Amino acid sequence: MTRVSSAVAICLLLPATAFASLGGTVTSVETDRVQMKAALVGITQRGAYTVHTIQSPTGTTIREYYGTDGVIFGVAWEGAWQPDLRQLFGTYFDRYQGALQAARKARRARGQVAIDDGTVVVQIGGHLGSVTGAAYVPRLLPASVDAGVIK
Amino acid sequence: MPRLFVFGTLLLVAQVSSPQCGSTTPSSPGSDSSGSGGTTVTSNVLPIVVNGGPTNNALNLAFATVTICVPGTSNCQTIGGILVDTGSAGLRIVSSAVTLPLTQQTGASGAPVVECLPFLNSVTWGPVVTADVKLAGEQASAIPIQIIGTDKFPSIPTACSNLGSPEETVSELSANGILGIGLGNHDCGIDCTVVGPSNPGLYYTCPASGSCQITQEPVANQVVNPVSVFPSDNNGTIIQLPAVPLGGQASITGSLIFGIGTQSNNGLGSAKVLTTDASGNIRTTFNGQSYGKSFLDSGSNGLFFLDAATTGMPACRLSIGFYCPTAVRPLSATQLGANGATSVVSFNAGNVDALNSTFSVMGEATGLNPGGFDWGLPFFFGRSIYTAIAGRSTPAGVGPYWAY
Repeated sequence: MTRVSSAVAICLLLPATAFASLGGTVTSVETDRVQMKAALVGITQRGAYTVHTIQSPTGTTIREYYGTDGVIFGVAWEGAWQPDLRQLFGTYFDRYQGALQAARKARRARGQVAIDDGTVVVQIGGHLGSVTGAAYVPRLLPASVDAGVIK
Repeated sequence: MPRLFVFGTLLLVAQVSSPQCGSTTPSSPGSDSSGSGGTTVTSNVLPIVVNGGPTNNALNLAFATVTICVPGTSNCQTIGGILVDTGSAGLRIVSSAVTLPLTQQTGASGAPVVECLPFLNSVTWGPVVTADVKLAGEQASAIPIQIIGTDKFPSIPTACSNLGSPEETVSELSANGILGIGLGNHDCGIDCTVVGPSNPGLYYTCPASGSCQITQEPVANQVVNPVSVFPSDNNGTIIQLPAVPLGGQASITGSLIFGIGTQSNNGLGSAKVLTTDASGNIRTTFNGQSYGKSFLDSGSNGLFFLDAATTGMPACRLSIGFYCPTAVRPLSATQLGANGATSVVSFNAGNVDALNSTFSVMGEATGLNPGGFDWGLPFFFGRSIYTAIAGRSTPAGVGPYWAY
């Protein structure tokens, strides 16, 4: 509880940046939370990075990962309903949509998403009653952090 | 429970009305009298084909032909190249394939109801209309279906497109439509009946002037699994497909059978039943690890599991989302139902990039899915897969479950 309160205090002190999560700073976590009308569930420090967990009103759990520089290098989600991916991916959403469209030209997998366009990696699986996803920007990963933690 | 109503996959494939996929016209609706004691038997077998589909470039997608009619009339249209999807609920057809004048559903305000359905790698946007749907001898009367496309409602709300990437045409979908016959009765359920931000935003009303707004959609008005509203044979389906040799083949044909234990041709026999959890998942154990996000889905075109680091198989260069091991790799996993039933599954992983380019069927097509195991259409090859609808009674108990 004390951690949550301190996070709220931080958020009150920092100006909310415009829309942007992945690639944005920790202040945008609060922007996401407000935009999504989500609840802050917890904050966990794991060595070189910190995880903010929020819950969207539709029940989907969203985790946002940032390093000591406060830059969000990864997001992950799990629940019945897909979250607002533009909100979560920020400036990377247009790249994601473009990569999906480009993938339609090739023989492609249907039933899940596995995008890696060299800049952003997006993996989504499940079915409409149960969706699991993760996205990260390899360039932003802290040196000691493996992308496998983003889930 | 609301989760059980949902279920969708993202698949989508296309092709230009090839004869293979449009030729299986359903037999005339209704019942034929059959013999003993004046009992009537409804024709419950719909032919399916796994081929290139309407765009002639599909891989591992099963297509059927459906007939839709203006409700209560003989004004009907038969449309082939419809993807058979046990991962979603409801019939959706691309607008360019529909010539029939179907009545638009309206909301409480009198404004048209338009749906945004978020599959995993796409969203489909388009109006909800009412039609009779005929599959083999079965009929779902006056049910809500979705017409996919932006011709009548061109502005996709950002809240919809922000969920993924819209697919609105036959070439984008690689299919003329999607026949959702999964575990769920409806495509949303009670989640879509509430007001405010907890509504997941599948249904909109679009007034003549002004923008589309997310609306409360009563369950009875939602796009519905057609099988669940048949007068009989309405508790589930069976998909039967032949085994496929290593290296794949051009196409295969099989059957979609309606009902479980309702007629002489759809009994469970010795099939093993795997019930699902409340989210429609089973578990899969692979290399000593257990993964909870596992499911069977005819609308997924491969066996999708884990990632390259965990499996030791590289992702393909060309076939996006698939694995491309240099040699065929034999693998094994164990499926575990919520009821404790287990089934050991042996399968192969092959090089999808190396598949003969004229082939549309490949049993050893595997790919990435970090959250768990998506047992897609290759798992259906050489099996009879039963899908029991949530809340429906069958000889093996109440759905939802899969059995094979």
